[in-house]
Amino acid sequence: MPIIRFAVFRFLSMLGTLVVVSALVFFIMNLPPGDYLSNLISELRATGQESGIAKVEFLRHEYALDQPLWKQYLIWMGFYPGPHGFSGIVQGDFGWSFEFDKPVAEIVGDALWMTVLVNVAAILFVYMVALPLGVLAAAKSKTWVDYTSAFVGYLGLATPNFLLALILFYYGHKYFNLPIGGLMAPEYEGEPMSMGKVNSILLHLIIPTFVIGTSGAAAMMQRLRANLLDELSKPYVDTARAKGVPPVRAILKYPLRVAFNPFVADIGNLLPSLISGSVLVSVVLGLQTIGPALLTALKSQDQFLAGFILLFVAALTLIGTMVSDVLLMLLDPRIRYGGRDR
Amino acid sequence: MSNRYIDPAPYDPDSEASTPARPDLDAPNWLLIWRKFRRHKLGLASGLFLLVSYLMMPFAGFIAPYSPNEIHRDHLYAAPQLVRLFHKGEFIGPFVYPEKATADLVNFKWDYTTDYENPAKLSFFCSGSKHRFLGLFETDKHLFCAPEGATVFLWGADRLGRDVFSRIFYGGQLSLTVGLIGITVSFILGITIGGISGYFGGVIDWFTQRVIEVLRSIPELPLWLALSAAVPSDWSPVAVFFIISVILGLLDWPGLARAVRSKFLSLREEEFVRAAEMMGAKPSRIIRKHLLPNFSSHLIASAMLSIPAMILGETALSFLGLGLRAPAVSWGVMLNDAQNLASIEIYPWTAIPMLPVIFVVLAFNFLGDAMRDSLDPYSYD
Repeated sequence: MPIIRFAVFRFLSMLGTLVVVSALVFFIMNLPPGDYLSNLISELRATGQESGIAKVEFLRHEYALDQPLWKQYLIWMGFYPGPHGFSGIVQGDFGWSFEFDKPVAEIVGDALWMTVLVNVAAILFVYMVALPLGVLAAAKSKTWVDYTSAFVGYLGLATPNFLLALILFYYGHKYFNLPIGGLMAPEYEGEPMSMGKVNSILLHLIIPTFVIGTSGAAAMMQRLRANLLDELSKPYVDTARAKGVPPVRAILKYPLRVAFNPFVADIGNLLPSLISGSVLVSVVLGLQTIGPALLTALKSQDQFLAGFILLFVAALTLIGTMVSDVLLMLLDPRIRYGGRDR
Repeated sequence: MSNRYIDPAPYDPDSEASTPARPDLDAPNWLLIWRKFRRHKLGLASGLFLLVSYLMMPFAGFIAPYSPNEIHRDHLYAAPQLVRLFHKGEFIGPFVYPEKATADLVNFKWDYTTDYENPAKLSFFCSGSKHRFLGLFETDKHLFCAPEGATVFLWGADRLGRDVFSRIFYGGQLSLTVGLIGITVSFILGITIGGISGYFGGVIDWFTQRVIEVLRSIPELPLWLALSAAVPSDWSPVAVFFIISVILGLLDWPGLARAVRSKFLSLREEEFVRAAEMMGAKPSRIIRKHLLPNFSSHLIASAMLSIPAMILGETALSFLGLGLRAPAVSWGVMLNDAQNLASIEIYPWTAIPMLPVIFVVLAFNFLGDAMRDSLDPYSYD
């Protein structure tokens, strides 16, 4: 089965990329001079609390921050034994957050799933909006339908995400009584799943999904419209129309299938910007995703927390891209990534 | 003896040149592009708008009635004032009605009462706070200002009583330049790396392609955040501004490099490149003199389309407090004030800076689209 071989190959190359990304992330996290603990030490020195220093020094050793940088990286990833043997990302130990004084895993916890949820919702939104509108814009090209959708699309592209979020939030609450802030009503937080909780989450998801998805949907719609227009001008469509195929069927049967490919393939290009958007919007709207945690961690140089979140975000993108590649292979038998047979 | 016919008329070298089928196409390239570009009304209007915006930048200090960080303690969150022409049905030239603030200690907000009796006539080319005109000499002349004892806040004032109108003009100086610096960095990196990768191919090409793939696969914003968080907090605002622009450009080059590379791959097989190689031209010369001019127009169009991403990027970073920092003024820094629902609801004018952002981003998009369409002057739709 070539498809399985391709999927395995794609998975392995993704792992490779992920390792490179992790090194990059670690490097960036260590760009600012000093780290959380050495800042703490100098602060303690300045205020004359000499007794606290010993504890911090102990922590520095505990988290291998006194090692050379390349060793720190390997220990963080779990490729090299740290003070407590192999325990890094690979082994499922995500490190310690100095800012919150808790393990990273405990802080991010549910937020990871919420992040996945928000992004999947955004992708679904992109598809659900871009597909019908793109087809409609192409079928009715150069009419008011086309112009209106293009205008709305451009506006979505140009309005800064976070402001759109604030404005929609305000009007959504005022006129539709949509809930403000967060991803669920406060009484459900920390509760087990129930119908009420699912409902509450869905209600809270409406505005974030809309905000995160709009610019992506606009780009996708324009792309689909252009592809479909190319396809619609081909002779076989004329033939179909001439022999009396109903207009809707003449579009949906073949032209749409051909124009559909980039639709799936593009999700790989779209994902980074979607996830970027979700981080930003989460901060503004106070969603319980990893966005707000990332911002706090970055501001206080909490390197393990920030590093893990960055790595997670990158992994999410890479996995999404991989899935879209494999889907594309399944969908279009013409696409073969291997070398050509001679 | 053969009978040779000789044309008595003098030889006219032009007679053999065939007349072109479309004489209007017999024009220099830029003229053809311009003709086609002119037909994109929206693109043309956008181009003009951007031109005006950028030309206004150096005159910000002159147009703005106040300096960007001038605080009016008696006019915190003052609402926008309307410039009127008629006072009690009588034309007296442009004026505003002065506002007086009283503290509403129940709702913790400022109430403004408008004094409809004493119109404050605006004066023009008047003296106000000092600013550097064109960055050359210091002057205190402003386009317009309010008389003594009154204020003119065309678009309201923010939480410190600073004039939003003036701050938008000053903010434009930074917000509009960020894109230009960023795109320069991105261009230099993209063209150099893409050019080297496409021209030499082989191992270098394979390596740069992997780097590009990795960089393109990471979400931009978290990386921007991480990089800007690494900027030391004791740097001067100007240094921070430059480094933020560079950071924005630093993550943008992969797309450009990829486009440059694929163009190079196809162009390097052309005869004119062979010929130049045979004549002993160095690779750097071939890239600069023979390859780049071939698609420079495409590069410009794609630059137009990536500048808005950087302007939005700066806005987002500053909005989150990791970009430019006060006292620097940019549209993103201003929007930082409009971060919560309360200000959108009670003081909606603090969100006005989003309008220039939207207009500028839209204009760059339309201009870029129009340029991309008109760059191939021989194609007709």
